[in-house]
Parts: sequence; structure tokens; C-alpha cells
Amino acid sequence: MKAVHIVEGRGVPLGRSDVDTDQIIPSEWLKRVERTGFGRGLFSEWRDDPQFVLNQPEYQGATILVAGPRFGTGSSREHAVWALMDYGFAAVVAPSFGDIFRNNSSKQGLVTVQLDLEDVNQLESYLTADPSLVLVVDVEREVLEVPAHGWTRAFHLDSAIRERLLNGWDDIGLTMRHVEEIDTFERTRAHFTLEGLFDEAGHVRG
Amino acid sequence: MAGRTLYDKIYDAHLVASPEGESALIYIDLHLVHEVTSPQAFDGLRLHSRRVRRPDRTLATADHNVPTDPLDVPVADPISRRQLEALDENCAEFGITLFPRGHENQGIVHVIGPELGVSQPGMTIVCGDSHTSTHGAFGALAFGIGTSEVEHVLATQTLPQSRAKTMAVTVEGPVPEGVEAKDIVLAIVGRLGTGGGAGYVIEYRGSAIESLSMEGRMTVCNMSIEAGARAGLVAPDDTTFAYLKGRPGVPSGEEFERLVETWRALRSDPDAPFDHEILLDARDLVPHMTWGTNPAQVAPVHGVVPSPEDFADPAERGSVARALEYMDLSPGTALRDVSVDVVFIGSCTNSRIEDLRTAASVAARGRVAPGVRALVVPGSHRVKRQAEAEGLDAVFRDAGFEWREPGCSMCLGMNPDQLTPGQRSASTSNRNFEGRQGRGGRTHLVSPAVAAATALAGHFATPSDVGGRP
Ligand code: SF4
Repeated sequence: MKAVHIVEGRGVPLGRSDVDTDQIIPSEWLKRVERTGFGRGLFSEWRDDPQFVLNQPEYQGATILVAGPRFGTGSSREHAVWALMDYGFAAVVAPSFGDIFRNNSSKQGLVTVQLDLEDVNQLESYLTADPSLVLVVDVEREVLEVPAHGWTRAFHLDSAIRERLLNGWDDIGLTMRHVEEIDTFERTRAHFTLEGLFDEAGHVRG
Repeated sequence: MAGRTLYDKIYDAHLVASPEGESALIYIDLHLVHEVTSPQAFDGLRLHSRRVRRPDRTLATADHNVPTDPLDVPVADPISRRQLEALDENCAEFGITLFPRGHENQGIVHVIGPELGVSQPGMTIVCGDSHTSTHGAFGALAFGIGTSEVEHVLATQTLPQSRAKTMAVTVEGPVPEGVEAKDIVLAIVGRLGTGGGAGYVIEYRGSAIESLSMEGRMTVCNMSIEAGARAGLVAPDDTTFAYLKGRPGVPSGEEFERLVETWRALRSDPDAPFDHEILLDARDLVPHMTWGTNPAQVAPVHGVVPSPEDFADPAERGSVARALEYMDLSPGTALRDVSVDVVFIGSCTNSRIEDLRTAASVAARGRVAPGVRALVVPGSHRVKRQAEAEGLDAVFRDAGFEWREPGCSMCLGMNPDQLTPGQRSASTSNRNFEGRQGRGGRTHLVSPAVAAATALAGHFATPSDVGGRP
């Protein structure tokens, strides 16, 4: 994963709450075995509607999505994050997020910015009034700024997520440094095994 | 020192390392794998020349994409077929036991773990699927993860995991006749809302929960994620031990007795503090169903479609209005006057043997209403064989239900079982999101008894609304 310090770009006001991961990327897209190409499936059921905000020319090329409460609830599909990033988003701003979605985002470098509902509403009205407005999400300082309005809001990132974003850490690589502790744990405390339960063909033995 | 909750006990017992400035690392006892969220994870392993650390703690099954047609019908969709083949290849390459389509142990991932006895109290269990919370019914810490985390667990058998907040959901009192586990959890999700459990692990407790069978507890824990919670837990008790005894993955004899003694310690201490607590009176519960497009939008089956005006919060009013528009419902309509096109009995929420017995006992009273398609999709081949041994398949078939092969099926419509645009379903699954069961489809979540009664009536109904066979 690439390190992320600052996301600077235009925003899109999605204007919807309870955007579950089934809406972000419908299940028909989950059959793919690749990690790329999901951008075409992003919000695919809504994109058929010419009025849908992502179809508006003035919001093309925006990199920050602004949405209502409970963004990314539901299924654990990381495909939702891949779709948002493949489409071009680098940050999502919302009053609240699904836990697994937020976690998945942090593994890919998609920044999730949690602000109060009133602030998100304010941001949405700024963006509706002026689609060319530039937003700045600063991961290091944990602030979101709208320079043109002199508007700044602090947000909080889980410290482990913040470190991961700033350092572009590969989690598996980090964990591998604790391999001795894992070995010890397995020797002393973890005894469960499926070994011997099934034969070669997966049938229960005996 | 204050007592510890069940969650804290399991979490602490699995702590491998708590490095400064990083997330704590917890050990994963069992990793369940299916075809949808794993191919990119296996690719990641190959890319970095990593192996699967513990194939003997990893178990795979095909479920999301498998057709529910007879087994000799090939998988028609080439992309689904490719994904199933990728699972075959990956499991062969990395030495993981796999139950492919048609295998005697194959089924929905959250059905097979418990029935094989490999989901056990005190374990940590993960799967690239949010309904992994199901296994919490055994007093296991079980939660869904994304594909990057699937790769992480494959490679290291651990996961960075910070401590969650804890919530006690207590349901006290006798459960009224006709009220099922599904009704309990729909009422809980309705009360908490889809975000109410975010950041929490829920422990379900109280006499109503204790009175549930293991299958009922699984139904409740399954839908914890619908309230946004990471996981749900029920402390193991004699019901749990009786269910586990004799299952393939569970040791027998003295070793079993020794395990039971350790499992008995898996409960929250009486003085353990929870970060949040809610209390429900079981006596108030009635059969529930959803009317909207998220699982918290629930009402009694004998109730009416609400109006946006019933909600104080303006944002909530907007989302209710949107949901009603999508669902094509008008405020004030009696839910019993709403007719359905499709009835789906299946999914990891309600496709176990007790669910099928309940549904069959209602189905036996009549015939599926004209114009309604009713599907029964057992959760696994083991469930299917058991049901056939009991003659339930014949009951369903005689009543006009389709009796199909196991899989996730219409729960998410990745296989050919889908709603067509505008169709309305009564479904025993767990998500009624827009388009979840097929583009433009309208889903109402119900219990197996309500699903079967609705199939006979042609509109939403409880078993008390459908009489005996004339
Ligand atoms: S039955 Fe539905 S909810 Fe359960 S694992 Fe399958 S798709 Fe997911």
C-alpha cells in the first residue's frame, strides 16, 4: 500500500444515508477473481439514472466522496473499497461508517473521515453550490479544510489506522516481525486442529 | 478489580502481541473460506511467495455462487464457474480442505462450521463474510473480515485487532407462542438501528436467549451485523454442550468432559461492566417483518406500513420516504394486505433443520397460492439429507414449494436464483437492501413460519392466519 499524507481534490455530495456495500458494488460484480476493474461497477444501479450525481459533468474527476450516516454498512466485501478507489476516490467523508468497511479502507489507503452530521451537511451544501470547490484532507494533522471558505474541521483516526496510512505499511509484513511470538503462542496455548478430521476427499474419517 | 466480560476473556486469551504504536495482534483459531472473498487473497500470497501458515485451521466451501439446480446441471455463468474453479485450484495448491459443489459436507459457510462441530466455545473464528457473527452462538468470538484480512490470516493465522466496546442485550421472560428467534433479532435490530451496534461486540443474555436452541441462538447472532455490531455472543451452557456432543469435530469421551469443564468458565463475571446495555421484555414480542430497505425498518406482521411523518428526525423521514418509494408501499397499508411474488426459505440465518421443520409444519396446511413461486434452499447437504430423512422435502413439494440444492441462493442472488425488477419477496434471509436479491427486487425479511404462511396466503401472514387443509 502507498503511504497517504494528504488528499486534495474536488468533492461529490452523494446526498444519501445508509449506503450499504450492496449499493456501492452490487453482488453481480463480486464474481470477478481480479482486484482491478471494479470502478465500472461502483453504484452501478444508480448510475443508470442520468440525474445521479456521479453522472453530472461538473463532478467528474472528483476524488472525495461526501455521504450521509452509516456509509459502508452490511457485507464485508472489500470490493466496495476497490470500486471506490478504482473509480478515483481517495477519501470518503461521512458522519459514520460500517466497521468492516472502515477497516478494509485502511488496508487499501482509502481515507475515511468521520465528521458530525451538521458538518457533513454543511460540506454537502458547499459542494452543491460550487462543484469546483477544493477540499483538503490532511491525515497527519487529522483535519479537513475547505480553503476557499476558511472552513476547517478536525477528525479522529484510530491511531493504528493513522500510522498505517502515513507509513503505507503492509500489515502482513509488520506481523511477520512477530513470528516468534506467534510460534510461542501456538506451542503453548493454541491446540485446535482439523488435522485427521477429514480424509483426502474431505469426508469425515472413521 | 472489576470482573471481565465473556468478550474480554476470549480476546485476552488470544492476545499474541501488543506492540507499541501498532494494533494488538490476536490469534485466529479457525478460518473459514469461500469462493467470493478469497481469490485476491490467494493471489496476494503467490505474489509475495507466502504460504498458508495453518492449513489445518482453515476450511473452505463453495456457497455463494453455486446454483441450486440439480447437481448434474453445470454452472452456466462462466464468471461464477471461474470463481468456483479458482477456489478449487487455490485450495489444492495451498493444501486446504475444500467442500466443492455437491460434496456431502458442502453448504453455506456459517451452516457447516457448527454442524461439523468445528465452531466451538472460546475460539476465535473469522471468515471473509460479515455473517461470521453466527458462530458467536457457541460463545466464540467470530467476525467477518475483508479480503486483505483474509490474506493476513492465511499468511500469519493472526489479525491486528483492537479491543471492541461491549454491549449487553438482555431479553428476559418467556417467549410467546408463535414468536421465533428471527422475530427476537428483528426486534433487536429495529430497536438498535443499523448503526446502533457499531464498534461493539454484543452479548445476548437473559432467560429468553437461554431458552433458545442452538439454532435459534445462531439466528440471533447471525444478524448482529445488521445492527452494525462486529460480533454477537451467547455464553455456552448445557444446550451448547449437548449440541456439540458427538459432532465430527468435537473430541469424545473424557476429553469432551474436560473441554466442557473449561467451556463452563466462558461467561461474563457477574460484576463485569458493559459499555452499553439494553433490555427487552420477551413477553412483548410478536412476529416481525421488515417493510423498508434496511433491516432496522421493521414492524409487526399484523401492523401497518409506517409513514415518514412517524419519524422525528428529518434525515430519517427522508430515508423512510425513499424506502417506501423503492418498496412501492403507501403509509397506513396493512402489511397483511401486501401480496408477494416469491417466497425464499434459506440463507445462513434460517436454513437449518429446525427452520425447515417449522416451515414444513405450516406448509403442510395448504398449498402455495397461485402465482407465487416458493423456494426452499437447505443450508447444507447435511441439512438436506436430514430433512429428506424426515420427509420434509415431500411436505414442501406436495404443497407446491421447490426443493433445491444447498447454497446462499437468493439471499444475495449471485447464482441464478434472483428476483426480477419489481418482484416482491418474503425472505428468511438477513438483508433487504435495494437490489440485494436481484436488481429492482423488493425484499421483506421474515421468519420461516411467516415465510411459509405467506406462501400459502399469497400475502404476508402468520401461521395463525392460515388454517388447516380443508
Ligand atoms: S446466506 Fe447470504 S448472508 Fe449468509 S453467507 Fe450466504 S450470502 Fe452471506
